Amino acid sequence: MDRFLQHLLNALMLGGTYALLGIGLTMIFGIMRVVNFTHGELYTFGAYMVFFFAMTLSTNFFLALVFAMVLGVALGAAIEFVLLRPLRGASIDTTMLIMIGAWIALQNSEQLVWTGVAKSVIHPFPAEPVVLGPLSVSWIRIFVFCVAILLIVGAHLLIHRTRLGKAMRSTFQDRETAALMGVNINAIQTATFALGSGLAAAAGALLGPVFVLVPSMGDMAALKSFAIVILGGLGSFKGATLGGFMLALVEEMGAGYISSGYRDAMGFLIIIVVLIFRPTGLFARAERIG
Amino acid sequence: MNRWATWLWLAFLFSIPVWMTNQYYLYILINAGIFIIAAMSLNLLLGYTGQLSLGHVAFFGIGAYASALVSLGFDLEITDSYTFVFAPRPVWVGLLAGILVAGFFGWLVGRISFKIRGAYFVIVTISFAEVVRLVALNWIDLTEGPMALNNIPPLTLGIPGLWELTFWRKVPNYYLVLVTCILSYVVIARLVRSRLGRAMIALRENEPLAASVGIDVTRSLVLAAVVSAAMAGAAGGLYTHTIRIIDPDVFLFIYTVTMVIMVITGGKGTLAGPIVGGLIFGILPEVLREVASPEVQWVMYGLIMIAIVFFLPDGIVPALASWWRDRFGAGGGGAESQSEPGPGPEASGTVTDTMGERA
Repeated sequence: MDRFLQHLLNALMLGGTYALLGIGLTMIFGIMRVVNFTHGELYTFGAYMVFFFAMTLSTNFFLALVFAMVLGVALGAAIEFVLLRPLRGASIDTTMLIMIGAWIALQNSEQLVWTGVAKSVIHPFPAEPVVLGPLSVSWIRIFVFCVAILLIVGAHLLIHRTRLGKAMRSTFQDRETAALMGVNINAIQTATFALGSGLAAAAGALLGPVFVLVPSMGDMAALKSFAIVILGGLGSFKGATLGGFMLALVEEMGAGYISSGYRDAMGFLIIIVVLIFRPTGLFARAERIG
Repeated sequence: MNRWATWLWLAFLFSIPVWMTNQYYLYILINAGIFIIAAMSLNLLLGYTGQLSLGHVAFFGIGAYASALVSLGFDLEITDSYTFVFAPRPVWVGLLAGILVAGFFGWLVGRISFKIRGAYFVIVTISFAEVVRLVALNWIDLTEGPMALNNIPPLTLGIPGLWELTFWRKVPNYYLVLVTCILSYVVIARLVRSRLGRAMIALRENEPLAASVGIDVTRSLVLAAVVSAAMAGAAGGLYTHTIRIIDPDVFLFIYTVTMVIMVITGGKGTLAGPIVGGLIFGILPEVLREVASPEVQWVMYGLIMIAIVFFLPDGIVPALASWWRDRFGAGGGGAESQSEPGPGPEASGTVTDTMGERA
């Protein structure tokens, strides 16, 4: 039972960052109809930016996190501006090919800049874990979880309470009508991509100090974001949030009770099973398929 | 006239080992040939049915592993008291088994995933390849996991007792790959001109319309997936028995991307496209090896892919064919444009979308 609770706690801690990844991807898909293969690279970028500021330039750790997220937003906006804006309205296959090309180019640039040697970020939290009865959890994980939840709530408020969010939601519902009502579709799409990328960079920046950094770390992050988004239904904010926690739970339980080698396979098995039985995802309405 | 050109090409390809004595160049050609087969098989799905399958390397790897395991033999401990022992079989049996097993998985994936389209389909195919990679990595009893399967025997052909040829050297392997390439080309060329091929192209262009005139959508797509997977399995089998070592890295996503780049660059939905693309991206890495590190090369390939989609969305072959037609009039028509089935090169679905938007 203690072991089960420990797994549950670990899943909760990990789920927050997974949800961030998923929300970023699902926003981009929902509003832009683009499958963002560079999502994992933004995650890698966020992690390396924390390394760059905190370790290379010895900036304050928390400031480094903020810089990483801001730069993630900037990189996202740049990718959108250069690669996606000229292809507005192109078929989903075309943009997918473009994004795959960008993924390969970005990942190998990261490899060139940072080399393949694994790097780690030293964080200011105490090494000894918090012990709650039979359970234990490290301080950095608690911090990561709290920041992730803050960002999720922030993104939620942005989408549901602000003018920009309203414009995003109307674009999501009906692009043409939104444009007719005076919503600047182009700007909204850039903002969406930048924001989604920023969330991916934030996830990387937060998880970077927990794990080690290698240039190929984004691959798994990208594939997991796909799993999360499929679980929740493409384009659903709530689905992506729940999907993130669910994927973390399944992975944690799978690793704990089946085999740690298959930890990463769990997400993909879920994708396949979900799509066979409920192709629209667990939380989405039927008309979302497309 | 075209027939002559074809024969001339074939004679040239068959003569290569006679005058090219550098074994390293032959090795590059063998490797390129294997990837051309894989790219042709991907083109059947990506180019002719219009389904972007990003898990294609799974079929390649499954074919490779199945063929290697059948020719090496393996033991599987089913229960504590019973162990399933599979004795080594001749390599040609392995190759056949690789093709069959890969084809079976093509059928399975097709049955499951052709219920869905677009982004969902792409993600399912990627997931499938990742699951297969993780199984190959973790099922150590069968696959040796990261320790790799070593000493895989090369192909041996012949009549027992009378005459035998083992494909140890580069020259026979070159011919083996060349013949398989030609066979695959002929299979695809015949297939896309058949009823099924026309059905596939109709599906790519307009699925609801195709269904409304009585084309069995799922059946056509699944059949295409089976042929495509089996062919990729054959390429994987050839790869195993020429490289003679295989590890779970064959399932890496980067190989799927390599195949996609080959097809897109050469021209998807054309018969010659994957061959041109496969030659370019099979030979280029070896040429650039001295001047550019693999990372720099990959950055370039990523950018090339973006550039191709932006500026040459049909790929090289259709662009060259139309240039040829413009230059030498309609009568000329190169071999490529002749082998174009049904609709012209500019008719492919995705491409028209982008062209239309930008026009």
